[in-house]
Amino acid sequence: MMTDMLFTAENVTKRFGGVTALDNVSMEIPRASIFGLIGPNGAGKTTFFNTLTGLYQVDEGKFTFDGKPLNVKAPHEVAEVGIARTFQNIRLFGEMSVLENVMVGRHVRTKAGAFGAIFQTPSTRREEAAITQRAHELLDYIGLSKRAGDKSRTLAYGEQRRLEIARALATDPKMIALDEPAAGMNATETIALRELIERIARDGTTVMLIEHDMRLVMKVCHHLAVLDYGRKIAGGTPSEVQRDPAVIKAYLGGAHTEVTK
Amino acid sequence: MDVLLQQIVNGLVVGSVYALVALGYTMVYGILQLINFAHGEIVMIGGLTSLFAAKGLLAMGAPPLLALLVAILAAMIACAVIGVLIERIAYRPLRNAPRLAPLITAIGVSILLQQLAILVFGRNYFSFPELISKAPIVFGHITVTLNEIVILLTSFGLMAALLWLVHNTKVGTAMRATAENQKVAGLMGIDINKIIAITFAIGSGLGAIAGVMVASNYGQAHYYMGFMLGLKAFTAAVMGGIGNLWGAMVGGLILGLVENVGLIFVRGDYKDIFAFVVLVLVLIFRPQGLIGERVAERA
Amino acid sequence: MAGMTGMLQTRRNQMIALAVLGVLLFILPFAAGALGQAWVRILNMTLLYVMLALGLNVVVGVAGLLDLGYVAFYAVGAYTWSLLASAHFDLHYPFWILLPLGAFLAALAGLLLGTPVLKLRGDYLAIVTLGFGEIVRILMNNFDKVGLPWSDESYNVTNGPRGITGIDGLNFFGFKISKGLDLFGLQITSLQLYYFVFLAFAILSIIGVSRLQHSRIGRAWQALREDEIAAKAMGINTRNVKLAAFAFGALTGGLAGGLFASMQGFVSPESFGLLESIMILAMVVLGGMGHIPGVILGAVLLSAMPEVIRYAADENMQQKIFGLVLIAPEVLRNLIFSLAMILIMLFKPAGLWPSPEKK
Repeated sequence: MMTDMLFTAENVTKRFGGVTALDNVSMEIPRASIFGLIGPNGAGKTTFFNTLTGLYQVDEGKFTFDGKPLNVKAPHEVAEVGIARTFQNIRLFGEMSVLENVMVGRHVRTKAGAFGAIFQTPSTRREEAAITQRAHELLDYIGLSKRAGDKSRTLAYGEQRRLEIARALATDPKMIALDEPAAGMNATETIALRELIERIARDGTTVMLIEHDMRLVMKVCHHLAVLDYGRKIAGGTPSEVQRDPAVIKAYLGGAHTEVTK
Repeated sequence: MDVLLQQIVNGLVVGSVYALVALGYTMVYGILQLINFAHGEIVMIGGLTSLFAAKGLLAMGAPPLLALLVAILAAMIACAVIGVLIERIAYRPLRNAPRLAPLITAIGVSILLQQLAILVFGRNYFSFPELISKAPIVFGHITVTLNEIVILLTSFGLMAALLWLVHNTKVGTAMRATAENQKVAGLMGIDINKIIAITFAIGSGLGAIAGVMVASNYGQAHYYMGFMLGLKAFTAAVMGGIGNLWGAMVGGLILGLVENVGLIFVRGDYKDIFAFVVLVLVLIFRPQGLIGERVAERA
Repeated sequence: MAGMTGMLQTRRNQMIALAVLGVLLFILPFAAGALGQAWVRILNMTLLYVMLALGLNVVVGVAGLLDLGYVAFYAVGAYTWSLLASAHFDLHYPFWILLPLGAFLAALAGLLLGTPVLKLRGDYLAIVTLGFGEIVRILMNNFDKVGLPWSDESYNVTNGPRGITGIDGLNFFGFKISKGLDLFGLQITSLQLYYFVFLAFAILSIIGVSRLQHSRIGRAWQALREDEIAAKAMGINTRNVKLAAFAFGALTGGLAGGLFASMQGFVSPESFGLLESIMILAMVVLGGMGHIPGVILGAVLLSAMPEVIRYAADENMQQKIFGLVLIAPEVLRNLIFSLAMILIMLFKPAGLWPSPEKK
């Protein structure tokens, strides 16, 4: 195995009853790259993602993450390992402030307990100050500092998407998985999102992008994997994938999205 | 063995009443995801209304059977009207409010109805006239009364009728559609408010009959009779899988059986604990209830 | 510079408000005492309800777990005190053992309840906690003859529905609160002394709960309430976080229970019924879930309101106004009370004092 791979999937298979949702899927994601996972609706993208994040267990095959076998039993262990995610249908903590949402992301990297909180021990106060500072930095990073005190449900749609990314980044992930981040965004918002994604990768965090918006995927990703009916039908750089007949067939045959630049 | 059989029979009688009340909880929950805390009080009002109606009719010289039928009708009408009013006034304005708000108003309505019952009827235990014979009938080693047989048959008849209504009529289809997805049902031209009102009317009507049954079976009624009964019936509904009609019926019967069969083994003082211990056990092993559907975690 | 003076100004205003509040809270028991000691007792109960509502708020308001059996923890605290400091077993342990012990046992009961119901959601959780509360009450009622359920030999543990009498009061290292205090000619009754003790505990609870709410674990609770799946994805171990919420809510309830027993000198299962749990829940929801000032307001209103109505709806009062007693005072009180509950929810569904939109 190559050493610069952060994440690999080897021959992963997942069945539900008689349906094979993932069929012998393999892929490799290099460190600090932007990797796109694409495919028509029902291709198995979400299943792949849920298997990787511990919601389902694989039937065959294995994942390797950061040089170690990835073996999560419960969803909350995923963040600890270093994989953070956002959700297709935004899942913010609506009644909490924008800042608090990001602070929740620090949970997994901090350890203050109830005793420390009640008696405000010096170590708790130091940790709390560090959490607050890091959260402010991340809000700066995504450009939401001005809204820090507002309840997160009052944010505009595009802002909510960015806040979700900041919250995920707060867990200090090695890889951040974005589940259709451009869904429902207008052109300007999408451009801002693209810049943010590129910046995240430049700053050393690997990005896994699960996306429908072909234009975004082709522009931003370094490598792609295309799923269809649970199988990986193509992989490689965007220009390679674009020329792949299997991909063109899957997309045009399914009359789904045009594969254009 | 004889004791066991006897307790099974007793358990079925009590359980069928629980099932009727549980249906009221589960129907409302199925459509509004609301614990209608006041439903126990509806049962109480059914019991007290029928009691006074029957007494009045008997005093006027009506034959017992006629008195009973008219009393049941009066109780059903009273309860259906009150049920619909409660929904209209206390629950409907809160349909989009935070989830606990209607629960608190439901609790408020429950206390309010108890107090109104005290004002209208008084605080006493009133005795229910024996309209159907309660003389013991002996089948082998089992003793039952005609009253109990009537309760059992009526309950099962009503449950069958409700299932038929829900699955074979236009109103029933609309009720199921509303429970499935209010917004879509509304778009399909279903008058959501009307369907919800009908649901409350039917649930309350069933509750009224359950009230008559309890009052006649124990021979008395009073303003607090709905509290424990409602609690247990709700427990039964949850145990069966809330929102599911079959669940309410099965839950009610199981609860009645467990309580009465358990009496063979454990002192009567602990009777009220059974319901809750069984509930906890069931939910530990089947968090969605006996018949309830599994609510999948969606990412 | 202007900002600085502005901040100092608000700081000064806050200090003034706090000082005024302090003076008011100090005078209150003496003003109430002038009306009669019964009013002081009502004040004391209000303080206990503030503690209870704050404790339940951690579970329901902050962590979003609907608990309808909260009063069971209050009962555990009260019975711990009553059994170990009364004539019943002739045990007389001091408060500094009993209060922590009661709180600890209540927290343990919270974990005991929490563990099997972790997987349950929403209303399923509500009914199981309700059942748990009822189980505790029924056990208290029946533990006057503890033995094997099928045998007749038995021991009297809780004295059943008759309850436990002759419970020791608070006793600070030889100083008995129940005797009252003569402070340079100022007569302070026993109930007024309890008031100050309870006030201290209530203030400590407010500080403790609000610190918790604004801590790492408090944020995890809120995240759990808002979206369990997202909370898990953030690496929050929802099982542990839920258990912590149950335990902390229970701990506060247990503490209040011990204090209640010490003041009343008498406890019976009747004080710990479902209606009591519901009342505490109503305080949290009517006040404003998850918002500490709102919850305190809810507790004060709901515990004081029935008593004030009882006074206002008194038979004499009705006699004066209408010339006859129209409605039994107890019924009238409950009528007004339940109507108020319904109306507040209809007009303020988020509670009287919900958390502000901007923090």
